[in-house]
Amino acid sequence: MYSQTVMDHFKNPRNVGEIHDADGVGEVGNPVCGDMMNIYIKVKDNRIDDIKFKTFGCGSAIAVSSMITEMAKGKTLEEAMKITNKDVAEALDGLPKNKLHCSNLGADALHAAIKNYLDRKAGKVVDLEKAREEHVKAPGGEGCYCPYCQKEVAEEAPFCLFCGTEIPHEHDH
Amino acid sequence: MGVIYLDHLSGTPLHPKVKEAMIHHINTVYGNPVSDHRMGQAASQALEKAREQVAALINAGDPTEIVFESGGTESVNHAIKGVAIGLREKGRHIITTNIEHKSVLNSLRTLRLLDYQVTSLDVDAHGLVDPAAVEKAITPDTILISIMLANNEIGTLEPIADIAKIAKKNKVLLHTDAVDAVGVIPVDVKSLGVDLLSLAANQFYGPPGVGALYIKKGTPVWPLLDGGMQENKKRAGTENLIGIVGLGMAAELAKQEMAERAPRLQALRDRLQEGLVARIPDIVINGHPTLRLPHLLSVSFKYIEGESLMLMLDDEGICVSTRSACASGSLRASHVLISTGLDFATAQGTLLFSLGRDNTEADVDKVIQVLPGIVQTLRDMSPLYKKEQAG
Ligand code: FES
Repeated sequence: MYSQTVMDHFKNPRNVGEIHDADGVGEVGNPVCGDMMNIYIKVKDNRIDDIKFKTFGCGSAIAVSSMITEMAKGKTLEEAMKITNKDVAEALDGLPKNKLHCSNLGADALHAAIKNYLDRKAGKVVDLEKAREEHVKAPGGEGCYCPYCQKEVAEEAPFCLFCGTEIPHEHDH
Repeated sequence: MGVIYLDHLSGTPLHPKVKEAMIHHINTVYGNPVSDHRMGQAASQALEKAREQVAALINAGDPTEIVFESGGTESVNHAIKGVAIGLREKGRHIITTNIEHKSVLNSLRTLRLLDYQVTSLDVDAHGLVDPAAVEKAITPDTILISIMLANNEIGTLEPIADIAKIAKKNKVLLHTDAVDAVGVIPVDVKSLGVDLLSLAANQFYGPPGVGALYIKKGTPVWPLLDGGMQENKKRAGTENLIGIVGLGMAAELAKQEMAERAPRLQALRDRLQEGLVARIPDIVINGHPTLRLPHLLSVSFKYIEGESLMLMLDDEGICVSTRSACASGSLRASHVLISTGLDFATAQGTLLFSLGRDNTEADVDKVIQVLPGIVQTLRDMSPLYKKEQAG
């Protein structure tokens, strides 16, 4: 189900770990499946000098983390801010449709780390706990979301009205 | 690389003798059982023989109580929707549990749309339902209780015989989804006291896509598929004869080999469980410690996610299932694990091992040898894992 590139990054992930004196930290939770990604950056001369990640998630989430850290390394902050989840998915030679949301996790974590760095530089005290919670809650706590395109759908809908994909409902309302 | 297959709950390989019987019938029996000529009659004989073999496996009083279906899912749909339609004048309330297979849950979802009421009961931390709670849930409107014999994710064996007494006393029908139990452990419809029971061939070395529904004589079950007079007018459509022959043979072999199979698999399972518990910290064994299917082991590895685990084991040639949300089509946590009180993050790291007749001690030892390293690699990658938590 996964491309060779995904499997390669999953099996030999690049840049795993933590940076203890990081200049910026991005912590995001995956609102769809509940998983988690942390990205740590060191910034030098407005460039991402070092970057590491820790991820609790599926094969595709780990591959996304590995790939996005590779892509961001050495880039200026502006360039790194422009990396989208689509870029990551493409660099990985595609992700299965129901795993595209894992690539959001990667871009969001990277951008959060950069924002965290900028906020710190501007002297703002950031509450990471709160930032993470906001992200986890992002598409809303109680409703039902299409796992493929993430638009809100009716509880009993057998398929998503927006992307047409069938939705297996498993929650016990 | 040799493959170590530990996912028998997802489907078993064909028993060599099942394969032989199916090939023999492919070559020789191609008539339609409804035809009165000799080829039709040969087909009809093969069909009735398989019916007897299945009846013998579950100790049904009469082979006509066995209706062939296209698998466990159809069997469950037939039982539940068939009773709902058959007894629609009598009542519209059905009782079940929170840990049933999706074929049960979604059959009931459909019935809810048709204004049937459903009471879904909680289970305890081991996945057991309380018979007293079943009795309390019964109302004058209750027509059916549907509770599984063995859970397909944690293996817990439910007290069906006790529930049957309650159902009988209250004149409510009882269906049990026994798909994961039949052919693995002894199942006797008479001593259980059930009215309806679902089973599937691919849980005991028969082919996929064929199963059966036991319908105790006189139970009012409406057909799910309308058409001709096949299966005593209970299930229309030309029979999947080759599959049914495979099911019959698998049933006969299961009956013969049960006494040897079950204890051997249990010993292997226990070896696997003990090996993992001894070598990997922070794990949870799911299901009941003793009232559990002998060939199944559900383990949650804290701080990590199951699909990653499954992929890494696959890389070592070891095939297992996971119950993580990430690997489920719907990306939702397993309703079974959550119902037993497991928190979401722990449920994420759940692997399901199910052993079969070809597995050996060497297979189990290989898992015990490679899994600790895989778990550690993923934990080192996880933001949830803190070294001190491991002691
Ligand atoms: S992280 Fe859960 S599906 Fe990818």
